[in-house]
Amino acid sequence: MTCDEAEILLHALIDGELDAGHAREVEAHVAECPRCAEALVAYRQMSQAIAAADLRYTAPPALRRRIEASLPQTRAPSRRAVLRGFAMGSAVSALAATGLVAIVLRNDDEQRIMSEVVSAHLRSLQAGHLTDVISTDQHTVKPWFNGKLDVSPPVIDLTAQGFTLVGGRLDYVDARAIGAVVYRRRQHVINLFVAQTPTIERRAAKTETIQGFNIRRWSEGGLNYWAVSDIGGDELTEFGEKFQTAMQANKER
Amino acid sequence: MPVTSSNDNPDKARRFRDAALPYLDDVYTLARYLLRDPSDAEDAVRECYLRALKHFDSYRGPAMKPWLFAILRNVCRAEYARRATAPTAGIDDAAEAAEQAPLWHETPETPEAQVLRDRDASTIRRLVEALAEPFKETFVLREINNLSYREIADAVGAPVGTVMSRLARARSMLRSAWLAEEEQPK
Repeated sequence: MTCDEAEILLHALIDGELDAGHAREVEAHVAECPRCAEALVAYRQMSQAIAAADLRYTAPPALRRRIEASLPQTRAPSRRAVLRGFAMGSAVSALAATGLVAIVLRNDDEQRIMSEVVSAHLRSLQAGHLTDVISTDQHTVKPWFNGKLDVSPPVIDLTAQGFTLVGGRLDYVDARAIGAVVYRRRQHVINLFVAQTPTIERRAAKTETIQGFNIRRWSEGGLNYWAVSDIGGDELTEFGEKFQTAMQANKER
Repeated sequence: MPVTSSNDNPDKARRFRDAALPYLDDVYTLARYLLRDPSDAEDAVRECYLRALKHFDSYRGPAMKPWLFAILRNVCRAEYARRATAPTAGIDDAAEAAEQAPLWHETPETPEAQVLRDRDASTIRRLVEALAEPFKETFVLREINNLSYREIADAVGAPVGTVMSRLARARSMLRSAWLAEEEQPK
């Protein structure tokens, strides 16, 4: 094999694209040719450095939403479709004409998502799949979500406040991947679901009961939160308040 | 027989979403490297997905990722044409120029012991972005989007042999740039 041939083929060797026979030929040439051997080492190092550096970009969440919004809806024109259009700002005129309807739809959609959140909570208890990452350390749980979601759910250790961090999990709500941070209060599980909102409006917390579970829902900093548990409404309120206080403290620190 | 626009078919939309949306980050990454501008990249990716949906009925392969990349390349060509008044050259036009005029001054022969030290991501990104076309796209498809040679050939519509020589050239150019960078005092 000549150096000219090897110059091309050693890349195929690095990339694992050569069959065994050709790979042996290239290796045999490299063993005898210091120049090609040096090049092989250099290119290998370069490839490793590139792989380690992670040069990928992540599509901005807004781009993802815009593309999703431009797809035909999966169901025949439903109220949800109208709502999504509204959320994306593409149905602004419809909103202006029927502002009241939009508000009604919005609540309707919210109710549906709330019951999906409760279902996700139930699944997490039944399927023995409470956590994908088990750790009481927020610095382990938070990075685990990296690259799995288009948001980075805040993970806060509230052990000192009586809510033990157990871990994190990927779940599906509203046909989208969503982050769930799992806490324990005595024998009770609290799932805190976090997803992004199309707006950055801050919404005050509200506690409701669905199918015997308490849900506390709030929005802050471009994220929607749903805390679900079978603990009492007052304790869940306490959890939500402590979480928000700790978030605030983190921000000011 | 009632005629419905195929794009309104909800089942098709769902299949398209499941098949194509998981590669959004990949498509966006390639667009960023090809266009070197975040907002142009976003526009190109949107256009790419619109076109992909439109042609999804006739999609029979190759694999989804190379197919999306092939569409993105066409979108980027249009963007290059739009920029044509600016000095930036298009994907294929640049090839010849790059052969004649390397982007970097030739580095003096480096000592054999010299190794390519790890560089931080932003430096490597800058060096990769500065590669000339069509070497850059081949390089990005291989090293960053992790395509096989066959898939790259499908995406760029060139024989595998061409892919191999472009990749060799891209790596050789990057190696020179990398070493040149190393010699500069920080």
